[in-house]
Amino acid sequence: MNHTGTDAAALQRTQGKKASLSSYIAKFRELGLLAFIVILAVGVQLRNPSFLTWENLNDIATNTAILAILSVGMMLVIITRGIDLSIGATLALSGMTAALTVSHNPGLHPLAAILVGVGIGLLCGIVVGFLVSWVNILPIIATLGMMNVFRGLTFETSGGKWVSAHQMPESFKGIATGAFLGINNLIWIAAVIYIVAYYFVSHTRTGRRVYAIGSNPESAKISGIRSGRILWLVYTIMGGLSGLAGVLWVSKFASAQGDTAAGYEMNVIAACVLGGVSIAGGVGKISGVLLGAILLGILNNALPMINVSPFWQNFIQGAIILVAVLVNAMVKRGIDRNNLMRRKI
Amino acid sequence: MAEAEYVLELKGITKIFPGVKALDDVYFKLKPGEIHALMGENGAGKSTFIKVITGVHAPEEGEMFLNGQKVAFTHPTDAQKAGIAAIYQHVTNYPDLSVTENIFMGHEKIQKGTRKIRWSDMHEEAGRLLKELGASFSPKTQMGALSVAEQQIVEIAKALSVNAKIIIMDEPTAALTKNESEDLYRITERLRDNGASIIFISHRFEDMYRLASKVTVFRDSKYIGTWDVDEISNADLIVAMVGREISQLFPKQEAKIGEEILRLEGLGRTGYFADVSFSLRRGEILGLTGLVGAGRTEVCETLFGVAKHDKGKIIFKGEELRVKSPKEAMKKGIGYLPEDRQKQGLVLQWGIGRNITLPALKRYSKNGFLNNRKELDSAKALAEKVGVKAKSVFTLASALSGGNQQKVVFAKLLTGELDVLILDEPTKGVDVGAKSAIYEMISDLAGAGYGVIMVSSEMPEIIGMCDRVAVMREGRITAILNREGLTQEAILKASMDDSSPQSGGKVAKA
Repeated sequence: MNHTGTDAAALQRTQGKKASLSSYIAKFRELGLLAFIVILAVGVQLRNPSFLTWENLNDIATNTAILAILSVGMMLVIITRGIDLSIGATLALSGMTAALTVSHNPGLHPLAAILVGVGIGLLCGIVVGFLVSWVNILPIIATLGMMNVFRGLTFETSGGKWVSAHQMPESFKGIATGAFLGINNLIWIAAVIYIVAYYFVSHTRTGRRVYAIGSNPESAKISGIRSGRILWLVYTIMGGLSGLAGVLWVSKFASAQGDTAAGYEMNVIAACVLGGVSIAGGVGKISGVLLGAILLGILNNALPMINVSPFWQNFIQGAIILVAVLVNAMVKRGIDRNNLMRRKI
Repeated sequence: MAEAEYVLELKGITKIFPGVKALDDVYFKLKPGEIHALMGENGAGKSTFIKVITGVHAPEEGEMFLNGQKVAFTHPTDAQKAGIAAIYQHVTNYPDLSVTENIFMGHEKIQKGTRKIRWSDMHEEAGRLLKELGASFSPKTQMGALSVAEQQIVEIAKALSVNAKIIIMDEPTAALTKNESEDLYRITERLRDNGASIIFISHRFEDMYRLASKVTVFRDSKYIGTWDVDEISNADLIVAMVGREISQLFPKQEAKIGEEILRLEGLGRTGYFADVSFSLRRGEILGLTGLVGAGRTEVCETLFGVAKHDKGKIIFKGEELRVKSPKEAMKKGIGYLPEDRQKQGLVLQWGIGRNITLPALKRYSKNGFLNNRKELDSAKALAEKVGVKAKSVFTLASALSGGNQQKVVFAKLLTGELDVLILDEPTKGVDVGAKSAIYEMISDLAGAGYGVIMVSSEMPEIIGMCDRVAVMREGRITAILNREGLTQEAILKASMDDSSPQSGGKVAKA
């Protein structure tokens, strides 16, 4: 007996060491991601010295802003154990509506155009949220359906035509091309959204409850949290952000098309996963998602700069996402095992 | 408000779930400053009762009084506001969030006006509560990283943070070691001394004697009685909890018991069970019983290759057995009838025939193509053998009654060439008539030379059917009883009494 006792203690000690390593990684996951980004940047810089220039960095940030904005919303959705596939279509519909509005009323203030886009996005989000939280349709099914509905509506409103640069007033295009203090407006907008989102998830009750219902829905029910409302809110926020992103997108590329941002939801989900948001729900940090979006943005910018063929670019992005998920899974397994070891029989 | 005699009183509570009466005319009275034990077997309705008190379920009938005033909770927050807090059997926490958040979820401290969460206040208060309870971990720790005992303390801190006047603990000691339980006793007593009334649910007599002054017993969803703890003997209490008589007929035939076919030597799986040893012979029905969560299903899953063991060994037909998957286990000759036949045992949208032949499709196919005629004939023969009542083998499995579904799962097992059958709760949710047919089948199978392991929580069938019974408690075997010494009381005692598992003195030789 005594002998096995010491064995067990020894076992626990080694397990403890192992687990502390994985929990260490878990704690500093964001730092790891940051380190990876830095190494990548240095590597690219060695191959192409024009990478780390002010213009290029500003460029990367501008190109990443829309992805980053959408990723925050997607993070909230995924934390509740959901997914939103409809955001590419919502983005297109809002962008198209905003573009049509300004092309018919060139005198309109750009802020009004943004409001139109956000409004349409919010409406789309409310519909999706209703389906998920009240009708109880699985998020992947509900959003798959609404994705097609919104995409169809986009073609319907535009009559299948594009709204191109010459139909848009300068003020509208200025939303995405203008700058304040030498920094592009898109970056400012993304920064504001990140600050608000950070405050929301860490300093408001509702924000914490988003995590609670993802971490343990059953428990949330017993502690009297109204999960339905929170789910609805989360999809509505996602819709609103997609609407905003729609206006920014159309303004940036100076063109609104029926198939704008088709499939873009996958990039957004990828950014979240890279940033450590767990598809199983309950886990995800604003800082992680920001880094995930930045990493994807850098890959998009850097790989062409070091002459990687477009075919390999997709391959590399995919591989990096898989590695990130693998590391996540291993860390989680280590922690779970550690928790089991602590159970005494 | 004048002090009422009872802080909580429930009268004639009835709760019906589709098809089941989970509570049937139940009474309960709780005095201020009292620790009141609530006892009963698995499925006696204790957990449902708790959920009625905490407003998770609304009862169909009956009244509830709080300090003498009638209340009707429609939502868990109603009960929270009324000062009732529950610590549930399965710890209901948020593993991904911090301890502080777990404590304050639902009633966070927020700044007036800005509605901002006051983190530092919350951490401070959480730290104070934890310190009061004698915990040494930081309130910023992630909940999932704590041990079960530590999580239990967090749950208690949660109850304290809302100033609960009535605290319900649903089997809080089930997953704790002796020392940890002792800490919990002290904390519970302190809560009582500070004026809280406590409902303490437990399977352990030790808990009850150590803590409670009153005990109420439920059995089969019904109220049996309330006693002072010093007024009722251990034996009487067991009779109150078990109560029923073995009225069903068990068609147990004396089978010829052959050579040893399976032996477990000190089998263990981290976090689930340890030191499990027993043997099984041909023609023998070995019962495996114990309370829910004692590790029975986990042992069976390990035998069947669903999960790996990390200690000890399995000797099967004289050789050490190492199976990595259920498929391999079946090939070697071990069959498993899962506990949840709808989820794990059947493809409900398929016909009976296709269900039966599913595990043995290889035998009915050539070059990857199925021989439908052969499959059909074989399915028919097997369905008839086990006596499935249905129009044809094409009838959908979902259209069958529980008993008939179970027969189909049995037929499925018989497609393979097996030596050992593991039956996990073979008669769960099956009506009495079908039960007796299933018993007959089990008996026939043993007679045909199969070694049968029957996992069951139902004492009558364990006693009526088994040649020997292994009783598990908290992941260990506490007794192996022969047919002669087999009584409900003996089983209950072995599955509940806290005979320190290290001593092992009472374990009969297998």
